[in-house]
Amino acid sequence: MTSAMESPEQIRGRLLTRFPDAAVAVVANPGPAAQHSLLLDPTRAVEIAAFLRDDPALRLDFCSNVTGLDWPEREVIETIKKTVPLSPVTGAAAAGATAPGPSAEPATKIVEEKIKRLQPGCLEVVYHLYSMALKHGPVILRLRTGNRADQVSLPSLTPIWRSCEFQEREVFDLFGVVFRGHPDLRRILMWDEFRDHPMRKDYVEPDDYEWEPTPHEAVLAKARAHYPTPAPGAPAAPAP
Amino acid sequence: MSDAAAPTPSEAAHRAQPAPAGGAHLPEISPAERDELRRQGILLTSLEELYNWGRSNSVWPLQFGLACCAIEMIAASMARFDISRFGSEVFRPSPRQADLLIVSGTVTKKMAPQVVRLWNQMPEPKYCIAMGACAISGGPFKQGYNVLKGIDRFIPVDIYIPGCPPRPEALLHGLIELQKKIRGQTLSGPATPRHLRADTACTYPVPEFGEHDLLPPNNPEVWQPPGLARTE
Amino acid sequence: MTSVPPISRDSAPASWTPGGASAPDLPPAGPHLRQVHDSFHGDLLEVSMGPHHPSTHGVFRMVVTLDGETIVKLKPVFGYLHRNHEKLGENTTYLASMPYTDRLDYLNSMTNNWAYALAVEKLAGLTVPERAEYLRIILAELSRLLNHTCLAGFLLHDCGTSGTPLMYAFRERERILDLFESLSGSRMMCNFQRFGGCRTDASPEWLDAARRLVDGYGRFLDEFEALITGNEIVMARLQGSGILRPALAISAGVTGPMLRASGVDYDLRRVDGYGLYPRFDFRIPLGAHGDTYDRYMIRVLEMRESLKILRPALRDIPAGPVLDPKTKLRGFRPKPGEAYGRLEGPKGEIGFYLVSDGTPNPYRYRVRPPSFINLTILEDLCLGHTVADAVIILGSVDIVLGEVDR
Repeated sequence: MTSAMESPEQIRGRLLTRFPDAAVAVVANPGPAAQHSLLLDPTRAVEIAAFLRDDPALRLDFCSNVTGLDWPEREVIETIKKTVPLSPVTGAAAAGATAPGPSAEPATKIVEEKIKRLQPGCLEVVYHLYSMALKHGPVILRLRTGNRADQVSLPSLTPIWRSCEFQEREVFDLFGVVFRGHPDLRRILMWDEFRDHPMRKDYVEPDDYEWEPTPHEAVLAKARAHYPTPAPGAPAAPAP
Repeated sequence: MSDAAAPTPSEAAHRAQPAPAGGAHLPEISPAERDELRRQGILLTSLEELYNWGRSNSVWPLQFGLACCAIEMIAASMARFDISRFGSEVFRPSPRQADLLIVSGTVTKKMAPQVVRLWNQMPEPKYCIAMGACAISGGPFKQGYNVLKGIDRFIPVDIYIPGCPPRPEALLHGLIELQKKIRGQTLSGPATPRHLRADTACTYPVPEFGEHDLLPPNNPEVWQPPGLARTE
Repeated sequence: MTSVPPISRDSAPASWTPGGASAPDLPPAGPHLRQVHDSFHGDLLEVSMGPHHPSTHGVFRMVVTLDGETIVKLKPVFGYLHRNHEKLGENTTYLASMPYTDRLDYLNSMTNNWAYALAVEKLAGLTVPERAEYLRIILAELSRLLNHTCLAGFLLHDCGTSGTPLMYAFRERERILDLFESLSGSRMMCNFQRFGGCRTDASPEWLDAARRLVDGYGRFLDEFEALITGNEIVMARLQGSGILRPALAISAGVTGPMLRASGVDYDLRRVDGYGLYPRFDFRIPLGAHGDTYDRYMIRVLEMRESLKILRPALRDIPAGPVLDPKTKLRGFRPKPGEAYGRLEGPKGEIGFYLVSDGTPNPYRYRVRPPSFINLTILEDLCLGHTVADAVIILGSVDIVLGEVDR
């Protein structure tokens, strides 16, 4: 059974004691699994990782899983409550209005305002760490890139855990995250001349998917593009 | 083999008739007559039948397994299902010594050039079986950026065996159908195999790795997208 | 614990150029000079073993650089079976991904199904009835028997036995596949576990058949081992090759029998105690040397320990449902969150990392493949060995390309 281990908050506290200028945050994980993670800033990530590996209470010597995630930028509609003063009634210009009473003090009311905000996208790499020496875990680390376009570089944790070597290559291949300090960063699953990063959410596949006997939804739309519906009454012609 | 000495009555009758048009075909002898002759120790055959009989009963596959179907292919060659009863005694590791390419498993775009190269290296007469849904059309992984939607986009396939994975018995059935197909081939005429025809190529162009897809994505001489107009 | 620095791709000797020309430049011999120089100093040869090779376990390629017969550099290349399983997982519902998990480690689909079901049950907080847990353990241990038997057969095939142990291995495999087929409908792609239990129940006749198989398996193992384990050729070839040190194994994330052959006591059935494994009494065999022979022996010993789990499991399996009737399988929408669930598959730790955003499809579906990560140290194991040994070392790593490439 997994032995009792420090909670992410406790680990964060110890990390901040050791590395006072590192930005470490706990990302709460909603849902029943309750596997909360630590968000690290990339500048101190390697040192923090080495500390986690060598600390006698943690001894996280086994990096089990390295995952890439793609968070595209999205429009977030936030609802905020604002207190706005009510404008006092000015000039009873309406016909038939009686003279206004004594001027009321400006009343306030609470209005809800929806503002649209563009949340910038990023690429995220999640590390699941366990300890083979002390048989506990997981401690989950997250590293986020600046954006999805030009700031896609993160420090590689391969010098700390050798198991990251192939998995970071895979994240580079499929997501496009460039790992600084990786000994051999090149594509691993796709061929070397391939250009795209297929696991990104905005990847468009090459169109090599023809007729489907029972298509539906997106597949039907693609099939329609290949096989135009003939005009009613026209004889059926073979598609090119 | 036929007795060299006296011609049988059927043969004498055959020689008396004019030769049938359209090439060397056996005279019209019913299977009952043929059986009777065989019981007398006389085998009436043609060069074509003998050639096809030899070829179809010793089809040696290439030891080429791609994915899950390969395990069923290996199971078909093991003691329970025993593909060697059908002549496929050995799975040759070298394409130069193999007759049959059983494409068992998903062909990815990264692997497709190697498959075509192996096909080119096999000497004629050679046959191809597409085993499993992935080799036929991409299978369950059809929505794949790296999946080739069927090996028949690049090489000509003789037998398609559906299934995911097909049972070893299904592979044996496919092999039997291939043997029937081989026996139906002729030395001349329209049903000749590729290596006896002057107009077909025996090597196929190998695709290259492009930036987004294979170049070309398919071989137009081998495969055309199914020409159907949708009526809806 | 110090980490071993990985070997960079620039570690080839400087005198080696990719084109192969490495003779020193000489002044051109004039008409009156006759220069004889000896350039016989042994070039390095780069050989691509695979992706089509009789001894690779699937379409796997090793680009080896050879000095004579000895390997000086080895780079594994894969991706020849990359079927973008993870992208498919994002585009299909949770339940529809279950048949795809069969095709990951296609030799034993029951453990893949269970690992995925475990991850989803963690994500959604589902509980599993007791009978289903027993049934899952029975099927997982049968899978382990199947896998290790086939591995012994394939390893011996790589040694050059040309199929005879493989025939014995597949004979037993067919018996276990008959059980799987009668229970789940398919020999290999079982698609049997569901979130919250199993798909169908096992009949008493099936349990009897399983008991008969388990009772007879010990005798098969004795017969198999009598042929192989004490065989002097096997010992001469397998012992001492491909030694994996424990520190490197831990750092490289190696799991499964390969890790335990190096002496590290880490078995998820003990460490995590998932399912009802804590109820069963079994030992964890550990190796002393970490060589190929240890990796083979660990698997044989694990098969015997699996029989020790199977007998009480088949005896004590309780009555009850295997799936809670109120479990919602269609229209399954777990709450937003993420979970990482893992279990001890026959090849190592197979894990699934799922990120849910409340929709019927997962936002991110990640498979932690044991074979892929166990290959990290393939180069370290094979350096200094011959090509024939590299084939056997690869055989002892026990990879399945469906899992490596997904």
